[in-house]
Amino acid sequence: MSSLKQFIRNVRASKTIADERAVVQKESAAIRASFKQESGDHNVRRNNVAKLLYLFTLGERTHFGQIECLKLLASPRFADKRLGYLGTMLLLDELQEVLTLVTNSLKNDLNHSNQYIVGLALCTLGNIASVEMSRDLFPEIETLLSTANPYIRRKAALCAMRICRKVPDLQEHFLEKAAALLSDRNHGVLLCGLTLVVNLCEADELEGGAEGIVEKFRPFAGSLVRTLKALASSGYAPEHDVTGITDPFLQCKILQLLRVLGRGDHQTSEQINDILAQVATNTESSKNVGNSILYEAVLTILDIEVDSGLRVLGVNILGKFLSNRDNNIRYVALNTLIKVVAVEPNAVQRHRNTILECLRDPDISIRRRALDLSFTLINESNVRLLIRELLAFLEVADNEFKPIMTSQIGIAADRFSPNKRWHIDTMLRVLSLAGNYVKEQILSSFIRLIATTPELQIYAVQKLYVSLKKDITQESLTLAGAWCIGEYGDVLLRGGQYEEEELVQEVKQSEVVDLFSSILNSSYATQIATEYIITSLMKLTTRFSEPAQVDRIRRILQSHSASLDIEVQQRAVEYGNLFGHDAIRRGVLEKMPPPQIKEESRVLGEAQKKAPKASNRKSKSAKPVEEDLLFDLMGDGTPPTADLGGAASSNNADLLADILGDATAPSSNSQPQQSNVSSIMDLFGSGPPAQSQPAPAAASSDLFSGMSSPPPQPVAAAPPSIPAHPCYDKNDLNITLQLQRNAEGMVQVMASFRNTSMHQAISAVDLKAAVPKTQKLQLNAMSTTELGPGGEATQTMRIAGTKGPPLRLRLKILFVHPEAGQVTDQVDWSEPR
Amino acid sequence: MVLSFVLIQNRQGKTRLAKWYAPYNDEEKIKLKGEVHRLIAPRDQKYQSNFVEFRQNKIVYRRYAGLFFCVCVDANDNELAYLEAIHFFVEVLDSFFGNVCELDLVFNFYKVRWRCRTEMGRLAWEEEEKGLSDYHPALSPFSSCALHPEPSTPKSHISRITNNPTQVYAILDEVFLAGEIEETSKQVVLTRLEHLDKLE
Repeated sequence: MSSLKQFIRNVRASKTIADERAVVQKESAAIRASFKQESGDHNVRRNNVAKLLYLFTLGERTHFGQIECLKLLASPRFADKRLGYLGTMLLLDELQEVLTLVTNSLKNDLNHSNQYIVGLALCTLGNIASVEMSRDLFPEIETLLSTANPYIRRKAALCAMRICRKVPDLQEHFLEKAAALLSDRNHGVLLCGLTLVVNLCEADELEGGAEGIVEKFRPFAGSLVRTLKALASSGYAPEHDVTGITDPFLQCKILQLLRVLGRGDHQTSEQINDILAQVATNTESSKNVGNSILYEAVLTILDIEVDSGLRVLGVNILGKFLSNRDNNIRYVALNTLIKVVAVEPNAVQRHRNTILECLRDPDISIRRRALDLSFTLINESNVRLLIRELLAFLEVADNEFKPIMTSQIGIAADRFSPNKRWHIDTMLRVLSLAGNYVKEQILSSFIRLIATTPELQIYAVQKLYVSLKKDITQESLTLAGAWCIGEYGDVLLRGGQYEEEELVQEVKQSEVVDLFSSILNSSYATQIATEYIITSLMKLTTRFSEPAQVDRIRRILQSHSASLDIEVQQRAVEYGNLFGHDAIRRGVLEKMPPPQIKEESRVLGEAQKKAPKASNRKSKSAKPVEEDLLFDLMGDGTPPTADLGGAASSNNADLLADILGDATAPSSNSQPQQSNVSSIMDLFGSGPPAQSQPAPAAASSDLFSGMSSPPPQPVAAAPPSIPAHPCYDKNDLNITLQLQRNAEGMVQVMASFRNTSMHQAISAVDLKAAVPKTQKLQLNAMSTTELGPGGEATQTMRIAGTKGPPLRLRLKILFVHPEAGQVTDQVDWSEPR
Repeated sequence: MVLSFVLIQNRQGKTRLAKWYAPYNDEEKIKLKGEVHRLIAPRDQKYQSNFVEFRQNKIVYRRYAGLFFCVCVDANDNELAYLEAIHFFVEVLDSFFGNVCELDLVFNFYKVRWRCRTEMGRLAWEEEEKGLSDYHPALSPFSSCALHPEPSTPKSHISRITNNPTQVYAILDEVFLAGEIEETSKQVVLTRLEHLDKLE
């Protein structure tokens, strides 16, 4: 049988995990075998149990040693008892049935004449006492609470605490003795007595104060205050000194009990006031020790009934914590300020700048807390300033923060916005910074905002258009942009110029279509974005005046009529058919009426209830949904969210509802429900069935108002002529580049590929591009990679960060030519001046 | 207001001490050890606080060279005070073992005749352990780097804690009982431990 030391060394000498397992298993088996032999030798048993404890620490199974521990602790020898109790505490817990066997030994040892053995028993009881043990042994503990030996007294106090936690009924037996402990002069005993009393009081508070335990202990506040005063102002006390502060643990505990006693009681709070002020002002705050006391004092100040001056002092201490270099201190300060901000908003506001600085802290948990706190600080008077800071932070924030930030900024802007212009600007910024992290409610509230603000529609749609031209990677921006451009396309064209800092720039119809088609061809065209854009393009057919562009839109729609996505396909086909019914097309695509803003549909409050419905609509919109139809038809007061969702996704049902208008609701209601498609077809079909008759009549104003708008001007605006620079012409492949610049140094490059051969097909064409490091390239997908004889293809790319001409590109061209085989070429191209 | 458990782990996640004040079953214990290690080991010593939210509670931890001392406290507890409590425990260990290291915790958990370890004895003993990879007797004593653990210190003297489970548990029991701090005077704890050992 090897010694423990040898065993440990063998385990540590193992080179691999497999070796270690082998050593452990061998030893474990040896221990079991040894237990079976039942040798009476205590040394062998001790050796075994000690090894078992090592196995326990390693995380091995040790249940087979529980009985051995019990045998050991029943031995009269101290060394056996000590290890036996140690083993019992570690290998057993209050849930083990074997534990009942310990009770008798414990009872004997608690009455032992040797204080050290009593100590061991108390320690075990305190750590693993079960309900039964508590009931059996509490009289012993009660007696031990008043022994002369401080070592026993303090252990007994904590045992009493454990017993009261397990069996609250036994509390009354300890109240008197606990009170006596509060005036004990020994620090350890006082500390444990305080712990006991705090536990008794808190348990009572949870019960609603039925026992009146807190009242019972309130008279002790005075003496506790004196003790704390003595501790706080005492000089160097070597026994309990921690870096110059006398027994910080005891000070914290006293403050904690004072908090429990002062809570909700004016008179006691009054008594505590002075000492709190004294501790708060005199405690040295350069080290963690002092700060732990200050922190406890602040918690007490904020919890009890003190005058506002002291509260402000408390908040100021936390404010000072925020500028501490220690992360831990900043962490607790932010954590506490979040709790205080509701009670003392003004005092917290004073530390706004420090809190905002914490947004840039290297510690992510501090950033997260500072962010939470910042949102609670926003009000009417500081909304501009705080949102500006938060938007600046949004730019650099960790992705995990973005969803919550966009929502919170949306809510705050909705609630406190000083004016609508600011509100729109803020939301635009959010969409362009973190458009991929915006929740649907926020997006729809933004669109609702634009729809209900006619005076700012020009501004908003122009801004959205410009932002979208700059960046198509932010989904929510794409969605908002697509919806607004579709809805207010005429305004965008009519507006013609941007305000303020923007350059005066014409918006051409072709550019709008270019923008949409480049999004559709990019990898950012998600299902929802495609749906939005298709509907938007359809709306544009009535807003645009150039037949050429309308025709282009028609072709784009056509190209989606075979889409694998059933919803996209359905829309594309239906809109395609709508072209054949020019008489009603205008009416159908009329502007949406501005939704009424109801209080409960704002971002806050009831919106949460509505939101799921809206999202439901979207996710379900792939199927014809009859409930929707019914809902829309019946809805005389259609909720705004529904309106919006409908507008955005342009469900068939919505179309129908739009056409029918509210007036038709009753008549349609009584009809048997049909699928959306057939309803629509009925309407558009050559012979509308009788039951649909009232529809056009009722909605005639709608329909014909569309017609009465000025008919499309047959203006055949020539497409903008942009010089095409040749850049490659080999092996029958010709590539030219067309450049377009905008004010921000963004260059849009359109590469046109042409197969110059009349009979050879070129396949697997691939163009790769690289720009200097200072620039950023966004390469969209090619329209097609297979070029038949004389075939053409295009590919767009957009380059940000250019410093003006000439633009330089390194292009790598790959393709398969039937004669030349796989061709790979590299071209360094620079823009000719 | 009470500790749920105390864990001492090294940087590889090997547990050197585990004391549970709340009843967990074996699987839960293994899971908790793993979770705590994964939560704490990758944290930055310089730029992150010593507190981590953990399930409904909070872990307050402190790293001393290669060892993490972790306690699981209530979400509303005074974290700063627990940080001090950990430090107090380490100081007791430190005075007890001369200068404590991971191997003390490994071996001395049963080495009861610790008092006989004179300065010479310890040197001889250290000599003996030199071959072990995680032991560096040349490094500074535990206490000197205890207050501000140096992240740059290479693997450190820590090893001796690993080798002394029973004694370390005994010391823990003199500092914490039933999940509450029991004594705050280092001298009282040390005298007590000495008496206990004399009795064996």
